[in-house]
Amino acid sequence: MEALSYLKHFKEVAEHEIMHSGHVACPGCGAAIAMRLALKTLGRDTMLIIPACCWAVIDGPFPYSACSVPVYQTAFETASITAGAVRAGLDATGKKGINVVAWAGDGGTFDIGFGQLSACAERNDNIIYVCYDNEAYMNTGIQRSSATPWGAWTSTTPGSDYKKERKKNLLEIMAAHRIPYAASTTVAYPDDLVLKFRKAMSIEGFRLIHIFSPCPPGHKALEKNSILEARYAVESRVFPLYEVEDGTKYTLSMDPPTRPVADYLDLQGRFRHLNKKERSFIQQAVDEEWTRLMHRMRIDEAL
Amino acid sequence: MKNKNKNEREVVFWPGNIVVAEAAIAAGCRFFAGYPITPSSEIAHALSKRLPEVGGKFIQMEDEIAAMGALIGASLTGLKVFTATSGPGFSLKQENIGYASIIEAPCVIVNVMRGGPSTGLPTALGQSDVMQARWGTHGDRPVIALTPSYLDEVYSETIRAFNLAEMLRMPVFVLIDEVLGHLSERLEIPDPSEYELIDRPRPTVPPEEYIPYDSSQGDVPPMADYFTGYRWHTTGLNHDKTGFPTTDPKICQEEEERMERKVSSNLDKIISYDEFMTEDAEIGVVAFGSTARAAMVAVSDARDKGIKAGLLRPITLWPFPEEPARELGKKVKGIVVAEANLGQMIYEVERVAGCNGPVIGSNKVGGVPIYPGEILEKIEELV
Repeated sequence: MEALSYLKHFKEVAEHEIMHSGHVACPGCGAAIAMRLALKTLGRDTMLIIPACCWAVIDGPFPYSACSVPVYQTAFETASITAGAVRAGLDATGKKGINVVAWAGDGGTFDIGFGQLSACAERNDNIIYVCYDNEAYMNTGIQRSSATPWGAWTSTTPGSDYKKERKKNLLEIMAAHRIPYAASTTVAYPDDLVLKFRKAMSIEGFRLIHIFSPCPPGHKALEKNSILEARYAVESRVFPLYEVEDGTKYTLSMDPPTRPVADYLDLQGRFRHLNKKERSFIQQAVDEEWTRLMHRMRIDEAL
Repeated sequence: MKNKNKNEREVVFWPGNIVVAEAAIAAGCRFFAGYPITPSSEIAHALSKRLPEVGGKFIQMEDEIAAMGALIGASLTGLKVFTATSGPGFSLKQENIGYASIIEAPCVIVNVMRGGPSTGLPTALGQSDVMQARWGTHGDRPVIALTPSYLDEVYSETIRAFNLAEMLRMPVFVLIDEVLGHLSERLEIPDPSEYELIDRPRPTVPPEEYIPYDSSQGDVPPMADYFTGYRWHTTGLNHDKTGFPTTDPKICQEEEERMERKVSSNLDKIISYDEFMTEDAEIGVVAFGSTARAAMVAVSDARDKGIKAGLLRPITLWPFPEEPARELGKKVKGIVVAEANLGQMIYEVERVAGCNGPVIGSNKVGGVPIYPGEILEKIEELV
């Protein structure tokens, strides 16, 4: 496997700045960085459909609004179906060459929008669905979502009642719909993100990009550590970078050095309450998931 | 911070959303299912900690519809249940609110109202769900909506909401707004001996004689908890007294009328209101919730100017306090209806007050409260 380049492809798109200053994201927001990189790659012929989530406000008020592409802020549960309908409308009116992108947080994807997301995937609606995943309802005050990892503090999983359920495995669920393209990426690897958006753009049908997106207030982390947190998430195998084509063809984007999960946990106050045993449980769960992923990678070869 | 006053009542300084959470626990609520939504989320935050402490169950749901569904399921096991939400969530819950109405499941829904339709003004005040509370779900069904104005009243009305829900086996709404939800105020927590807690009527007959919707002893049929030996069939279809579906027009008519009667024949227990300087009033003001606080100042200011104004404050918004509104309508030469919407309760005031003079609105929907001066201007308009 080729070593993942950090900035080679990023440099190719670096000059196209489509997201501008003026946004109202918190300092160190992973979702803001993700949007900047995504729009650079997608170009101006892009339409964003954003449900209730941090990005519904990050774009900012006129005239400071940050994204110089059309934004359609829709109801919480409807990003995928609205995007699907916009695509149908564009098709019917003969408008071609437009990237219709649903851009939703984890609450709008894993929870309230999940039924519609599944339906759009099953219909193979021709859209790019992006979930920027900061692992809780950050916009409404850090409530747990089904993307919140085991062990995390949130405002609705407080104290000793920290979250005791696992995070849903979105990529696997969506891959099981046999959609043409499903990929995970994060902001610490701009090249990976750029390449995955490029690949998604080259494919027709339902495409899903799952972006791990650090959130300093929600993760109780330092703003300056957002990129480090995203990198450690990958290096510790908490958030593997890979892609699945047609639900069957797995490609690992990066085989990371094995960094202990502790390094990742230590960057974030939301895991501070965990004892040694609980932390080693997380390490064990991550190792098991990685082994499962490696097995899935090889299923096709076996077949 | 907690202190005790002379009467040994606990004195606290809490925001309204925390008052709701604590009052629910005091009312005996042991189940909450909810979804994050501004400006009500603090209720869920508080209960995620408090309910497990008292042996209750807190579940954060995946969406608003699920929260309402969960509420009904838990209610059928015999628990006192509630959820909290705001505008868009209240809209999503409406189908299941109708379901709770037809199966007659006691539950409480607190709506911390915010501004605007759709996503609107999530962090700002609104009182725009007056008609949604009344007519939001399809079909005919009785409605109770309580609208406290002060935090001690938020406490007592939340308890009363549980009592009414249990007593009459139906969903009960508490409509507060962003201002009351986030406003902190000194209040004395009443001792449990100071209020009554009511439980749903439960069957007194043995299981084999149990008829789930038997109204022979009154309009509120006894309700058996799941897995206590009593079997009953639960359906959202129109049903007869056995609980099984029917399309018999006569039975459907009788059953729907019985459900309406649960409210219409208990108005004395349900309706609550407050009057301020209405005895000799020449100009009437009607306002509820946080807006009523501004209206009270406006009435005082009008009196200072020599205008005989008086305020009617519905604490029960639905069913509307028709009698006091009619009395007010008789004696005044005009009524100002102040509400943080573009005019909803005004329809009800116009309908029932029978006022010979004009009924005008003092309305605001920008997310900021109506100021006393603005209501005073409308009072002066009527002089």
